[in-house]
Amino acid sequence: MLSASDLEAIWLTFKVATTVTVILLLIGTPIAWWLARTRSRLKGPISAIVALPLVLPPTVLGFYLLIAMGPNGFIGQLTQELGIGTLPFTFWGLIVASVFYSLPFVVQPIQNAIEAIGERPLEVAATLRAGSWDRFFTVVLPLAKPGFITAAILGFTHTVGEFGVVLMIGGNIPGQTRVVSVQIYDHVEALEYDQAHKLAAIMIIFSFVVLLSLYSFQRKNTLWGAK
Amino acid sequence: MRLFNSLSIILLSFLMLSPSSYAEEVHAAVASNFTTPMKDIAKQYEEESGNKVILSFGSSGKFFAQIQNGAPFDVFLSADQNKPDALEKAGAIIPNSRFTYAIGALALWSSKADFIDNNNARLKSGDFNKLALANPKLAPYGVAAMEVLKGLGVTEKTRSKWVMGENISQTYQFVSTGNTDLGFVALSQIMSKGHIKSGSSWIIPSDQYSPIRQDAVLLKKAENSAAAKGLIDYLRSDTARNIIHSYGYKTE
Repeated sequence: MLSASDLEAIWLTFKVATTVTVILLLIGTPIAWWLARTRSRLKGPISAIVALPLVLPPTVLGFYLLIAMGPNGFIGQLTQELGIGTLPFTFWGLIVASVFYSLPFVVQPIQNAIEAIGERPLEVAATLRAGSWDRFFTVVLPLAKPGFITAAILGFTHTVGEFGVVLMIGGNIPGQTRVVSVQIYDHVEALEYDQAHKLAAIMIIFSFVVLLSLYSFQRKNTLWGAK
Repeated sequence: MRLFNSLSIILLSFLMLSPSSYAEEVHAAVASNFTTPMKDIAKQYEEESGNKVILSFGSSGKFFAQIQNGAPFDVFLSADQNKPDALEKAGAIIPNSRFTYAIGALALWSSKADFIDNNNARLKSGDFNKLALANPKLAPYGVAAMEVLKGLGVTEKTRSKWVMGENISQTYQFVSTGNTDLGFVALSQIMSKGHIKSGSSWIIPSDQYSPIRQDAVLLKKAENSAAAKGLIDYLRSDTARNIIHSYGYKTE
């Protein structure tokens, strides 16, 4: 039913979205933690910078990433210094761009969840001599779990649905940067509407199943928490 | 109530301010590779006819889908022949209005000066980081680029260096931002007033690829529009042809 290149695009999309979600949770958590608890004057500016990818249209964002990551851009010069060449048209270039693009979707739910916990549970834990790492893993993480799950869902689905940025910096290379959204676009542009419909339907069903299972898991989870 | 009154006055004044001094409006959907020449041609046509031309630029494939779903265009300038042909078969155009308004030319281009001389030596040597080309599945310029590569016998040798643009504009961006050393672009993108604007290029002899014919059609919606018919006729005028040639296109 699906061509080999359609299957390749599906597998690639899954790989990109998973990698990006893991990286975003790793770097988004400290940012969210800092934003939730700081009284620094930098809080405003940093929050604004994190939210900026929401403002720019994806193709515009992609165009500037293409320039920045290109041989004359500041990211491109850095990566060349490090001996890894330039990032556009590679799998990792796609990852870097997607991390930047989906960052607000991961930082904000985690930040809200941490803010909702407040100071009190942490102070209590501190009086019980819990160190800061201990407090994070045994108090913050369990209490803010719904926030983390929402962040992971949003980060994953937003990356699956990403199009404009990939179109700009991807170069449509099979197995490297040709993700499902680009493949559907290709089918539509080539007037292959049947293939486009099939692939779009699969994308929607897949995303629906993933979202449904995650949300049901989250619901059960909060019910357990309430007991 | 007072707020409502002042709002309606503001809205009414917007209506009155909208340009109604033109005789007629023509909505034209234009393939992105023809953006610059079409702006010049439309301006000339507006001056000569007094009609107003409203231009939309984009990919031919998107315009095709939009036209089939009721987009309000009178004229469609495609980047190829397939889409106007498909529209004709679907009965979406005024019969016999289809004609070739421009024949595109292909160039191998680098944004670096002196990177290529006006020949295929650099391409054959393989001495470059990446090669941008338009996706041959979507863009006639991509098909032409593949023909050139095949003719030179370097398709397999260069394949690992290919980077594909969704259309010829994106292919141009990959080269102009320096992300690829080389790329097959439309001559019209790097040429203005008969000269190459920047970088270095190989203007590929037209016998190395099949002609990139771009067709225009008058759409069903323009049945009673003299202005739309006027614009299509104007595309064949000497003034328009001179503009088209100055951007590196040929005409029939």
